Amino acid sequence: MADIILDVSDLNIEFHDHDKPETVVFDFDLTLEKGEIVGIVGESGSGKSMSALAIAGLLKRHALTKTGRIMFDGHDLLTCDRDTLRSYQGDEIAIIFQEPMTSLNPVKKIGWQVEECLRIHHKDMSKQERKEKAVNMLDSVGIHEPEKVYNMYPHELSGGMRQRVMIAAAMIADPQILIADEPTTALDVTVQEQIVELLRKLNREKQTSIIFISHDLSLVSRLCQRVLVMNKGYVVETGKTEDVFKRPREEYTKRLIAAIPKIDI
Amino acid sequence: MKKFFDNIFRYKSNKKINGYMVAGSIITGLIILMVIVGLFYMPYDPTKMDSSCKLQGISLKHIMGTDNMGRDVFSRVMYGSRVTLLIAIGTVTMGVVIGSIIGAFTGYYGGMLDEVLMRIIDALFAFPSILLALVFVSLFGTGTYQVIISLGIAFVPSFARIVRSEVLRCRNMDYIESARLQGVPDLRIIFVHIIPNTKDTMIPSILIGFNNAVLAEAGLSYLGIGSQPPYASLGKMLSDAQSYMFTTPSYVLSIGMTIVLMILGFAFLGEGLGKDKRG
Repeated sequence: MADIILDVSDLNIEFHDHDKPETVVFDFDLTLEKGEIVGIVGESGSGKSMSALAIAGLLKRHALTKTGRIMFDGHDLLTCDRDTLRSYQGDEIAIIFQEPMTSLNPVKKIGWQVEECLRIHHKDMSKQERKEKAVNMLDSVGIHEPEKVYNMYPHELSGGMRQRVMIAAAMIADPQILIADEPTTALDVTVQEQIVELLRKLNREKQTSIIFISHDLSLVSRLCQRVLVMNKGYVVETGKTEDVFKRPREEYTKRLIAAIPKIDI
Repeated sequence: MKKFFDNIFRYKSNKKINGYMVAGSIITGLIILMVIVGLFYMPYDPTKMDSSCKLQGISLKHIMGTDNMGRDVFSRVMYGSRVTLLIAIGTVTMGVVIGSIIGAFTGYYGGMLDEVLMRIIDALFAFPSILLALVFVSLFGTGTYQVIISLGIAFVPSFARIVRSEVLRCRNMDYIESARLQGVPDLRIIFVHIIPNTKDTMIPSILIGFNNAVLAEAGLSYLGIGSQPPYASLGKMLSDAQSYMFTTPSYVLSIGMTIVLMILGFAFLGEGLGKDKRG
C-alpha cells in the first residue's frame, strides 16, 4: 500500500444557524494515497462540498461544529492553530472552485493572481523567478501565449481559460492534495473534457492526489480510481470506481447510475 | 505617438463623447493649471498693498480688479486656490485613509468591533459635518493644518460607511474565499485583495468629497476660522469681499466664480466617471 497522506475519520459537521442544530455530514471517512484520484459523487446537498471545504479548512470561521479527525502531515487540521493551517493552505492543500467566472479577482492581472501563492508561501523567490514559474505553469495548463495572458485581466478570458488559470494558481506551489469542487460544472462538454484531461496530466506528472467532487458520474468514472457515493450527509458506498459503477450494492447508487443521460436517437 | 492619436480618433469615432467627462477635465485642468502656474509666477505679489489703486474694477492691468487694500485679486485668487486645494486634498486624504481602515476592519471582521466602531461613526454622523468641524477647530485652534485635521475627522464617517458596505459585498466573493484558501493572511486579503475592488465606488465618492471639502473650507473660512491672513483661502477672501459687494462687484464675483468653477469641475468629473461605468 502506498503512503497515506490524508486520513479523515468520523468527520461530522453540524450547523447552528437555526434554533435546532442541523447535521449535514455524518461519519465521513476518507483516506487518500499519494498520487491517487478519489471521486466524491452525490446529488446537490448531499454534503460532498461541505466535507471538501472542511478538509481545506475553510469552515473554520462559520457557525458550526465539527467532530472527528483530519490528519495531514502529522497534524489534525480540525484542531491545529490557525498559523499551522494557513501554512498548509495553498502550499500543500489547494482547492479549485466550481464557478470560474467569480473565482478570479476582477481587478488583478492573471499573472499576479497565479503568483499569489508563491508570494505567501515562498517569500525567498525573486520577482523574476516567480514570473518565470507562473508563465511555465500557465503554459502547462494549456494556455496559448502565456506571456500575453500573464498581463491580462480575468474579464478578457473565457470560462474555460479562467478555469485553467484557477488550476494554474492552485497548482503553482506543487500541492500534495488538490481538491476540485465541481470544477467542470459551469463549463460546456468539450471544455469539461479538456479540464479533466489536464487534471489527469497534472496528477501523472506531479503525483498530486486529487479529490474530485462532481455530480457528473461519467466524468468521475473516467477520471477517478476510487469513488465515494454520498447521500443526505452519509457515505453510502465506497470502493474502486469499476466495482461501484459495474456492481453497485446500494439502491441509491443504482438510481444515480440509472440517471446518467444517454443519447438514444 | 501615432498610436496615441489613433486611440484618440478611435475613441471619437466609436464611442459617444462623455460630455461631463470632457467639461470636468477642462475646468479642473484650468484650475490646476492656474495653481501650478501660481507656484512659479504671479502677476503681482498677493500680499503687496497699494493704496493708490483700491477697489478697482476689471482692467487689463488687474484682470480681476483689486481689493480694498489695493492687492491684485487675480494673484490672490491664484494663491487662495492653492490653499483651498491643499486643504481639500488634505481633508479628503485623511478622510479616505482613516475611513477606509475603519470601514475595512469593521466590514471584514464584523462582530463586536463592528458594532462598537460603527456606533461611534453613527454618533459622528448625527452631527452635520460643518458643525463637527467647528467643534474640532475650537479644540485645535485656527490655521490651515488645524482646519485639515478638523475637516478630515468630520469626513471620516461617510467614507467609513462606503468602504464598509463595499467590503461586506466583496467579503464572501469566491475570489476572496479562494485567496483565504491559499493561506493569504487577513490583512493582505483586506488591503490587497478587497480594497482595490472598491475603487469603482470610491473614485466618484472621493470627487464628491473634494467638493464638500472645498465648500466646507469656504464655510469655515467665511466664519473666520480657516487659514489666517495675509495668506487667505478662497472662503476667507469671499467673506472679506462681501462688504464691497455693491461698490466693486468684480471683487466678490471673481472669487465666487472661482469657487463655483472648482466645485463644478470636480462634480462633472465625478458624474462623468459614473456615466462611464454605467455605460
